[in-house]
Amino acid sequence: MHMADALLSPTVGGAMWTATAGTIAVCARKVQRDLDDRKVPLMGVLGAFVFAAQMINFTIPATGSSGHLGGGMILAILLGPYAAFLTIASVLTVQALFFADGGLLALGCNIFNLGFFPCFIAYPFLYRPFAGSNPTPMRIAVGAVLGGIVGLQLGALAVVTETVLSNISELPLQAFLAAMLPIHLGIGLVEGLVTAAVVSFIWKARPEILRYTAESRPLGHLGLKKVLVGLGAAALITGGALSWFASSNPDGLEWSMAKASGREELETPATGIHRLLAGIQEHTSFLPDYGFKNNGTEPASAAQSQPSWPAVDKGTSTAGLVGGSLTLALAIMIGLLFRKRKQTP
Amino acid sequence: MAKIESAFLDLTYLDRLATGTTVVHRLDPRVKVLTAALFVVCVVSFDKYVVAAMLPFAVYLMIIMRLGEIPAGYVINKLIVASPFALMVGMFNPFLDQQTVLLLGSWAISGGWVSFLSILLRFCLTVTAMLVLIATTGFNQVCLALERLGIPNIFAAQLLMLYRYIFVLLEEGQRMHRARTLRSFQQRGMGMKQYAYLLGQLLLRTIDRGQRIHLAMLCRGFDGTIRIRQTLRITTRDIVVFLAGGMVLVAMRRFNIALLLGNFITELLQ
Repeated sequence: MHMADALLSPTVGGAMWTATAGTIAVCARKVQRDLDDRKVPLMGVLGAFVFAAQMINFTIPATGSSGHLGGGMILAILLGPYAAFLTIASVLTVQALFFADGGLLALGCNIFNLGFFPCFIAYPFLYRPFAGSNPTPMRIAVGAVLGGIVGLQLGALAVVTETVLSNISELPLQAFLAAMLPIHLGIGLVEGLVTAAVVSFIWKARPEILRYTAESRPLGHLGLKKVLVGLGAAALITGGALSWFASSNPDGLEWSMAKASGREELETPATGIHRLLAGIQEHTSFLPDYGFKNNGTEPASAAQSQPSWPAVDKGTSTAGLVGGSLTLALAIMIGLLFRKRKQTP
Repeated sequence: MAKIESAFLDLTYLDRLATGTTVVHRLDPRVKVLTAALFVVCVVSFDKYVVAAMLPFAVYLMIIMRLGEIPAGYVINKLIVASPFALMVGMFNPFLDQQTVLLLGSWAISGGWVSFLSILLRFCLTVTAMLVLIATTGFNQVCLALERLGIPNIFAAQLLMLYRYIFVLLEEGQRMHRARTLRSFQQRGMGMKQYAYLLGQLLLRTIDRGQRIHLAMLCRGFDGTIRIRQTLRITTRDIVVFLAGGMVLVAMRRFNIALLLGNFITELLQ
């Protein structure tokens, strides 16, 4: 469920980067102000723990597949939401850099999808009310399972939204949702069950560890609403600015809008943002479009009939193919030359 | 499952590559981080039907890989392992978008195939760029660069701390995993209950370790702030490389070099 750079448009990626960077800044300030310096090394080792835990599998009965811990919920329970968010962000950064899970641009999306929802939605609104400050194994289980499911459903929803808004993949919203949500219902259930089992184990073995975070106030003075509004505004502004930069092709986006406006399920606030961005883009585009080049803009009202874009232009295509193959050959040649040199010494 | 072993190998292998001393390794890490970011932004900002114009970026990467002495075989291996999500999502494009955009003689190629190819190319380019960054820079240097570029100090400290203890905990997890596997016959003991106990044990050990580390840090005068002592010095060479590399990237984004080359060749042939 890691988002990939290849499926992301710079506008969506940049907006998510801003949202993530803002959340990290807020969390860092909060953790630093907490003056609990025990947390600094604890965050480090718990991040490494999640890393190791993700690498160990268990078999899911009756399915033959295997599962592992995701870690978002358990970090939130052990460290509280702010420190947990920073820890998840660091784990995902290492995964992106070393294991090619996601990418540089997609890192913003991934941290948000896998960190924000468990830490700031599932933990404060589901786990804490259910588990309370004096938990029993049953209450821990209910809270963790609900939190795990909701956190992952929201994460999957975010992945789908980001992919559809980016419009690199052709997958329609409904089909993508129908594929992603049920899968993540299962993953969320497993995540919740494992989290519950591990937390109950800790609660039985060393209850003081859990009592320590359970007593610290859940969300402090910083109102969640204020943070959310701030993040939303920041994401919008960056998105706008970036779409100005990234507007390589006005008719590409317009085309997608035309397709989108033919369907009613996209009439969400998200469409509003998309339309706004597309509007900005239309007025400010400065990079020429090439590849399969066509005339300037397509009227957006061509919603019903399939627009004839992109048109077939034989001359450009031939030159593109010739040039493309030559460039590819050059790239491969450099690679081969390199290999030869590597082997000879 | 050899997953934990392979993760360990990956980390140590990339760590070892990062100790090289080539021209690319010696550049200032900030230059490399910013160039990698620019590279990714340039690649993903292409329209979804672009293939040819993206290929010069592959040449660019190949040259850097060659200068940095990064083995191509390893990168290709990683690309294959990491590809499923992009591949699965992109795979539907040929079925959903069947409008013809390209004619090769009498052979019509639909927009879906072109955009699928474009997704694959984007995937290869962005993932390779990231691997090249980490293999020529090393994680500690990347963190240092990020800290200098303005990420919160505590987050930089968290990244460094995590990286330091990943090796320790992976080894510990590996031992426990091996012990469990050796005692499990016909999948008995590989279930969720034992998994939870195993993780619980590992977690308790981890928390104890955290406390010990904290005490050790207090003994050495830790007062709640992490100070990163290492300094970076940017030279004129770094600035020149950054500007030149950035200009090449922007030029490749701005002009379709493959198309220009193709035009040139076809005109020459006529």
